[in-house]
Amino acid sequence: MPALLGQLLLGLVNGSFYAMLSLGLAVIFGMLNIINFAHGALYMMGAFLAWMGLEYFGVNYWAMLLIAPLIVGAFGLVIERLLLQWLYKLDHLYGLLLTFGLTLVIEGVFRSFFGVGGQPYAAPEALSGATNLGFMILPNYRAWVVVASLVVCLGVWVLIEKTSLGATLRAGTENPKLVQAFGVNVPRLVTLTYAGGVALAGFAGVLAAPILQVNSLMGSNLIIVVFAVVVIGGMGSILGSILTGLGLGIVEGLTKVFYPEASNTVVFVVMALVLLVRPAGLFGKEK
Amino acid sequence: MKTTLKTLALASVLACGSFGAQAQISGDTIKIGIITDMSSVYADIDGAGGVEAIRMAIADAKGMAAGKKIELVFADHQNKADVAASKAREWFDTQGLDLLIGGTNSGTSLAMAKVAAEKKKPFISIGAGTSRLTNEECTPYTIHYAYDTVALANGTGAAVTKAGGKSWFFLTADYAFGTSLQADTSAVVTKSGGQVLGAVKHPLNASDFSSFLLQAQSSKAQILGLANAGGDTINAVKAANEFGITKTMKLAGLLMFINDVHSLGLKTTEGMYLTDSWYWNQSPEARAWARRFFEKMKRMPSSLQAADYSAVSHYLKAVEAIKSDDGDKVVAQMKATPINDFYTKGTIRKEDGRGVHDMFLLQVKSAKESTEPWDYFKVVTRIAGDDAFTKLADSKCPLVKK
Repeated sequence: MPALLGQLLLGLVNGSFYAMLSLGLAVIFGMLNIINFAHGALYMMGAFLAWMGLEYFGVNYWAMLLIAPLIVGAFGLVIERLLLQWLYKLDHLYGLLLTFGLTLVIEGVFRSFFGVGGQPYAAPEALSGATNLGFMILPNYRAWVVVASLVVCLGVWVLIEKTSLGATLRAGTENPKLVQAFGVNVPRLVTLTYAGGVALAGFAGVLAAPILQVNSLMGSNLIIVVFAVVVIGGMGSILGSILTGLGLGIVEGLTKVFYPEASNTVVFVVMALVLLVRPAGLFGKEK
Repeated sequence: MKTTLKTLALASVLACGSFGAQAQISGDTIKIGIITDMSSVYADIDGAGGVEAIRMAIADAKGMAAGKKIELVFADHQNKADVAASKAREWFDTQGLDLLIGGTNSGTSLAMAKVAAEKKKPFISIGAGTSRLTNEECTPYTIHYAYDTVALANGTGAAVTKAGGKSWFFLTADYAFGTSLQADTSAVVTKSGGQVLGAVKHPLNASDFSSFLLQAQSSKAQILGLANAGGDTINAVKAANEFGITKTMKLAGLLMFINDVHSLGLKTTEGMYLTDSWYWNQSPEARAWARRFFEKMKRMPSSLQAADYSAVSHYLKAVEAIKSDDGDKVVAQMKATPINDFYTKGTIRKEDGRGVHDMFLLQVKSAKESTEPWDYFKVVTRIAGDDAFTKLADSKCPLVKK
């Protein structure tokens, strides 16, 4: 039993990453109708920015936790203005293909500069070390990851569901023309949403840097699972993606104990089952 | 890549026109192909560096063998056996490939070995670890050049067990290579007086290892054997440090390369044992070649990249000697001639195609002991080839007559 508790906790850590990434995807899909395949690459970029900041400019982890998402967000701004804005009226497939292509380009650039072995990135001094919880040794950094991601997820949820800005955003996705008639600059809103969504990915990347080796493939290892999370949670559902992210992290953690060989597939089995019973996902609305 | 292929396609069409001019060299060129992981987890240890090493071998032969031009093609198998096999088949069927080099990943090498045997062309596996290539699945055309899981087990497994690491737990990559490595190491551990307490299998590219590591820790074993490779080993070692597992268990990397140590840094890897077929700092000749490689790639070569060079040179010398690229004749010539270069001094066994040469048990230096960039290893012992590799008497290869 104590061993199981430990595994649940570890599942929660992974779930935090799923939640943060799928949240960004859900927001972007909800507002822009774009399936942002480049999310994983931007997450990788966040991790690399953290590493570069320390390696080349001596900027520490805490500063990069703010700076990296800003840079990734700015990059997102450029992507949206330059490329994505032309695709909103077209089929989902075009957005998916474009962002998939972007992923290949971004990953290829990092691969050619840094190889695939990856770069080591140490956890910040204040969070190094581990705490003995009795049933397991938990590295302090992992505890921080759970806290940080929960705070961020909650913050985004409140922003979108409970503030007037969020209300405008939601209205903008329902009926952009009408909202524009009220004097709201909808295209700018959409651009900022995309930037914000990918900034979340960048933030997750910085959080992941001390846990995983920072390498060009770290995004593509994760992105498929995150897409499954979004599908299970219900496309575009904010709360759904957060809860499903955490839940699936735990399911995956348990699979690693009882049948480790299947730990990479279990998420997709769950996805298939959910789609059979609820085609719109757990929290999605049927249209 | 695409243009290379186009040029090659054109070249083979032109070659067809001059068919029959030279009976001994098929297609009027010596065509060498390497299929390896160019873009994923194993791309650092072989990949573009491996291709470059082969280019160096061809350049050192002045681009010619037996009076004919040498051409090189390469492809990325994406760690998929079916991709590797179909690419190999395409090259043999449409491009008149004369020599196939198998890069990293055992699953892909097993698949390519079958295709090469069917086409009666030599197949040299460099990067694959599985000992099945020269045992259950041996063919008259397969040469397993650099290392295998048996040699790794005989190196690291035996050394660590004899040094007092009596109880083992394995963290195993769930595919052909991991299973092979775990089985071979278990056998050596048991034979050396140790015992295996258990194992957990993880999927390839498992990124998060914490859960598997906690399971390993609860086994109370002294040694955690990492029967995986590349990015998986790196992330496992990193997480083991983070979770304090290195305080209660010692890690034994069963297949680690210099690139892995480079990625992790000496602080996390100090004191780890590993077994390898070659180290750039092992001799003056090795150093000289490694410098040349470094100039081009800006990183030191792994043992596999050195072996890529050595294997292709050995092949080209064989072609030069018999003035033919006929599969059976070249393989016979390669097996009859000892290998003697900066990479190794050894032989290729006639019966099963196993390359037999010395292996090195290496230990990772501490940051203090390391005096220059890439100075990472101490050579602990040199393991004689006959002790490292499967003995003929123990071979499971059906071609070995007993």
